[in-house]
Amino acid sequence: MEAPSKRADAQTGRLAENIVHFARALRAAGIPVGPGAVMDALAAVEAAGVGTREDFYWTLHAVLVKRHEHSLIFDQAFRIFFRRRGMLDKLLAAMLPQAPPREHEKAPPGAQRIQEALLSSLAEAERKPPQLEVDARLTVSDREVLQKKDFAQMTAAEIAAAKDAIKRLVLSIDEVKTRRLAPHRHGHLVDIRRTLRASLKAGGAVIDLKYLGPRTKSPPIVALLDISGSMSQYTRLFLHFLHAVTDARKRVHTFLFGTRLTNVTRALKAKDPDEALAAVGANVADWSGGTRIATSLRAFNKLWARRVLTQGAIVLLITDGLERDPDDRLAFEIDRLHRSCRRLIWLNPLLRFSGFEAKAKGIRTMVPHVDELRPIHNLESMAELVRALSAPDGRSGDPKVWLDKVA
Amino acid sequence: MTLTPRSLPDSIDATLDLLARADYLADRSLATVLFLALKMGRPLFLEGEAGVGKTEVAKVLSSTLGRHLIRLQCYEGLDVSAAVYEWNYAAQMIAIRVAEAEGAHDRERLEHDVFSERFLIKRPLLQALAPDPAGAPVLLIDELDRADEAFEAFLLEVLADFQVTIPELGTVKAVQPPIVVITSNRTREIHDALKRRCLYHWLGYPMAERELKIVRAKVPGIGKALSEQVVHFVQALRKEDLFKAPGVAETLDWAAALAELDVAALDPSTASDTLGVLLKYQDDIARIEGGKVKELIDEVRAELRAAE
Repeated sequence: MEAPSKRADAQTGRLAENIVHFARALRAAGIPVGPGAVMDALAAVEAAGVGTREDFYWTLHAVLVKRHEHSLIFDQAFRIFFRRRGMLDKLLAAMLPQAPPREHEKAPPGAQRIQEALLSSLAEAERKPPQLEVDARLTVSDREVLQKKDFAQMTAAEIAAAKDAIKRLVLSIDEVKTRRLAPHRHGHLVDIRRTLRASLKAGGAVIDLKYLGPRTKSPPIVALLDISGSMSQYTRLFLHFLHAVTDARKRVHTFLFGTRLTNVTRALKAKDPDEALAAVGANVADWSGGTRIATSLRAFNKLWARRVLTQGAIVLLITDGLERDPDDRLAFEIDRLHRSCRRLIWLNPLLRFSGFEAKAKGIRTMVPHVDELRPIHNLESMAELVRALSAPDGRSGDPKVWLDKVA
Repeated sequence: MTLTPRSLPDSIDATLDLLARADYLADRSLATVLFLALKMGRPLFLEGEAGVGKTEVAKVLSSTLGRHLIRLQCYEGLDVSAAVYEWNYAAQMIAIRVAEAEGAHDRERLEHDVFSERFLIKRPLLQALAPDPAGAPVLLIDELDRADEAFEAFLLEVLADFQVTIPELGTVKAVQPPIVVITSNRTREIHDALKRRCLYHWLGYPMAERELKIVRAKVPGIGKALSEQVVHFVQALRKEDLFKAPGVAETLDWAAALAELDVAALDPSTASDTLGVLLKYQDDIARIEGGKVKELIDEVRAELRAAE
């Protein structure tokens, strides 16, 4: 390589500096860009050479974007960043025609987030709710009362205690057979590799058979949680529950729906439950609104089902089933959902009423398509659910019971 | 097949030309990421809907660069013995018996002989690391989302350092790293750790203009009018609310089917009869069949007339 001139050196220096700034902006906007990626970006820009704006764009895109969803954020960040700093134009020197002034159209999605990420370093609004001091050490009888108390009727202190109890829920492992094999004492296949090694130890005179059996693994869980107005007293605690489940197992996907569907899986991955819930809150726009179950299920079936319902997933559908306008679409979508997962469990807090009858049209439409229908309104029913998840063949939540009650 | 190795392209434009030589009409973004992957020696991670030409990229690379194509099709339960290597147990058993018959009792020696390269069966990943006179091969890891996470974790070592560890033999390292293309249909999310080692690109559906070029390049016998109608019909169809929109592969199949049927111009009844080539879900077919097809065709005709 020839020695670069001083001017080119300075240019590379500025380029590096700007890519570092740009990466920081992307990080603030929610694209995980590590220092390694920044080094790669520099190498890539060097490899591709500084050409047109489009080439520069795609070069950075190739290295910094690792998910399809991030393309949109990247696009916005790129426009704003390199327009604001006027950097690219200087860098690409006279090679670029002057960019025409962009007319003010409707701000594209993602723009808001970028603007905030880029400009709001001053607005460090760290909102910490006042610490609620609660003594969570309950006596046995207190605990018993808490177990049976409806979440909707709990006081703030009781809710805090319930959260604590949820954190301690132990999700025992239900396992399904995978197609992978592992060494097994009484397996069904001969592990020739280990057999051979073992027999070599004895000089090859004795052949001691070793076996392989199927390896087991807990199946993924996909939770669809209704956050509409009628469920609002429950959603927070359910989110705590889902956070606890996410923590205990690796593969849990969580979606919230009211009038539209939001994927909050990533937000729930934060270790601290309050942090996770705050992140969830920041992601969702339709808290405590109406319910459009059919529309939301349709969005799930279309956009996500093929991506998350693989490898024998269990779906937890948490909703009261009070659809705003139930029609044929609801039956169609819940049927499709049922067919694309291994087990569909409907958790309905309305089942808390002893006199509950599946009368509402939405509920009657959905019941025939679920594998299990269970109550979820207090700690006891949560623990019951956890037990049911661990014993895949338990027939305790048969939904037909509820239909028969009416008929 | 004799391969004539060619050198790697030295610019984005050269990469575009290279792909075009094998009738793969890429857009500039794909050419950029491909050029970078070749230049920086990084794996290329292609994600996108089924039938947009992800696998084709690897095939085209192998044919235009004159390299061998080594393909690893992923499936659930794919393990090391199917992806990397396996010992030839039958041959090993015989070798042990022969050694016994000859009265050899040196156990160390026997073990060393039995676990030597002679008894190793190389599977795709190991093959890709072996030196090749035609230049580093193209390694296609197809539909990685079908394999389970355990296999993904294993790939990390291979993709980061282009090496594989065999306990009995030691570490095998590639002299020249292979050109790696990984594809995924996104039936599940691939772990970030793996993506981080790759250059990522999302392959979308092409615009009408480029799709038309693709159809004309790949279905030589097709008429000008029919190809335009086919492409615009498919483009309109993708805007409909379908469970699975047709990919480029479906467009090509349909164009070829219509050309075989000697259709000169698209009409509603032929289109309805051959809809199964484009749409693969009964719900989608039921939704489009009949009136909707006619509506779309009228739309396409009006659009094409306006463009003239």
